[in-house]
Amino acid sequence: MPLIQAKNLTLAYDGIPVAVGIDFEVSEGDYLCVVGENGSGKSTLLKAILGLHPIAGGTLEISPEARRAGVGYLPQHTPAQRDFPASVREIVESGCLHHAGRRPFFRCDTKNHVRTALERMGITHLANECYRELSGGQQQRVLLARAYCATGKLIVLDEPIAGLDPIAMQEMYRLIAELNHGGVAVVMVSHDVAAAVGYATHILHVDKETSFFGTTEEYVRSPRGRKFGCMGRWNIPDTRSVLDLRHGDAGGDHT
Amino acid sequence: MTISVNALLATGAWSTLVHYFSYPFVRYAVLASVLIALCAGLLGVVLVLKRYAMIGDGLSHVAFGAMAVAAVLGFAPMVVALPVTVAVAILLLLAGEKRLIKGDSAIAMLSAGSLAVGYLLLNLFPSSDSGSLSGDVCASLFGSTSMLTLSESDVWLCVGLSGAVIGFFVLCYHRIFAVTFDEGFATSSGVRVRVYNFLIAAVSGIVIVLAMKLVGALLISALVIFPALSAMRVFRSFRAVVICSAVLAVAGSLVGLIAALLLSTPTGASVVVVHIVILAAFSLIGKLAPRG
Repeated sequence: MPLIQAKNLTLAYDGIPVAVGIDFEVSEGDYLCVVGENGSGKSTLLKAILGLHPIAGGTLEISPEARRAGVGYLPQHTPAQRDFPASVREIVESGCLHHAGRRPFFRCDTKNHVRTALERMGITHLANECYRELSGGQQQRVLLARAYCATGKLIVLDEPIAGLDPIAMQEMYRLIAELNHGGVAVVMVSHDVAAAVGYATHILHVDKETSFFGTTEEYVRSPRGRKFGCMGRWNIPDTRSVLDLRHGDAGGDHT
Repeated sequence: MTISVNALLATGAWSTLVHYFSYPFVRYAVLASVLIALCAGLLGVVLVLKRYAMIGDGLSHVAFGAMAVAAVLGFAPMVVALPVTVAVAILLLLAGEKRLIKGDSAIAMLSAGSLAVGYLLLNLFPSSDSGSLSGDVCASLFGSTSMLTLSESDVWLCVGLSGAVIGFFVLCYHRIFAVTFDEGFATSSGVRVRVYNFLIAAVSGIVIVLAMKLVGALLISALVIFPALSAMRVFRSFRAVVICSAVLAVAGSLVGLIAALLLSTPTGASVVVVHIVILAAFSLIGKLAPRG
């Protein structure tokens, strides 16, 4: 069974449907980018996956396997976090709560989890720094480390590169791709369609009327993909080679 | 004031203090104050970081109104004020989620409303034993000698409730951090955020009713907010801020209480002034201390 499976899913905000008829699935090792215009329900979809937002119709199933392993979530910044006194280690540690179960305190292996996560994100040297004093890119890496601590299977990212400078953005994409190559399925909401096409194995284009779901290649060739700006960066005949360069496994084996 | 200070210094402030402490009611007052301050210091960090500082202020007015009702009906003040304040705290936080009335308006409405109703009731039905209306109101609003008139059962109630609050903070520390820093992420990792928000609201209600004895309804938010703000000026990790805030709350309240005893100044105002001085000092330290 796939990690996430949605059939004819409808999402509503304050009772008004924002997206209808969404079908998609995420299997192990997939990299799904969710694109679409502002207000098309991309973030709402992520919240529905995490159980933070009720669904208005259809079905959305998270496999028991994914539930057991936990879902790592990288949310958008909240204003309260801007002056929150917390060390990087404390924040990454809070990602281990899922594994603590009902115990009031963390298990002994939490320290190792945290150390591994910090190492993978290249922020070991920041462990004792204060989160609010870090740069935007460093803060995102901390939140990615926290999400990584929470899961071994599925990570859900809500515009992880919003507001980052180009170098921090590339770094973030690289880290996410590394996690994905390590076997973690990725679901990412993004405005950056060009990068989405470059990294993702699958694309979900959410829209008010109809949604598109397919492999990246299918998306790039679809009328909607062309309209949404893929043409500007990649000429259709070359798409195959671009995709092959980025990741060799982007075949259309999954529809 | 200067005369009394000099007189005290001449006779020896220490011996005066020792003399005071020979009375059990003074020891009760100090014990209760320390516990209340400790709870307020812990809670303050969460309220400040969750942007709920004004809720603390609003709740204290509600507690005042509830105490007025209790006085008129002839019930023990705590028996009415505790459940009413806890209930309003929970309603306010849950209403905040649903945005029935915008958070700050709801709080302003409740504060002014309960203050008015409380004052009106005390005016219409002045209590027979004290005979002085302004004295009653002043005591409830600004704290007073009521700290020194705690009965043994009051003190045990204080000890029990404070113990529960401190236990909640120690056992749920990691979850309180998660819920305070990022509710969305906490929910996604299986923390029951609503339950913790509910508990935090209940604890706010309890701490505010307890602290009313110490500093009075109008000054409670100072006791809750100042130690947390002072700690946040200097410390940069959540754990350090929580510990520092608790220590500052206890130290500031002890110093304020003892100063009030020695100088015969109002308890609540003295405690708050000490906290203001601490905040100023910590802001300065925070500015001067090297960062990074």
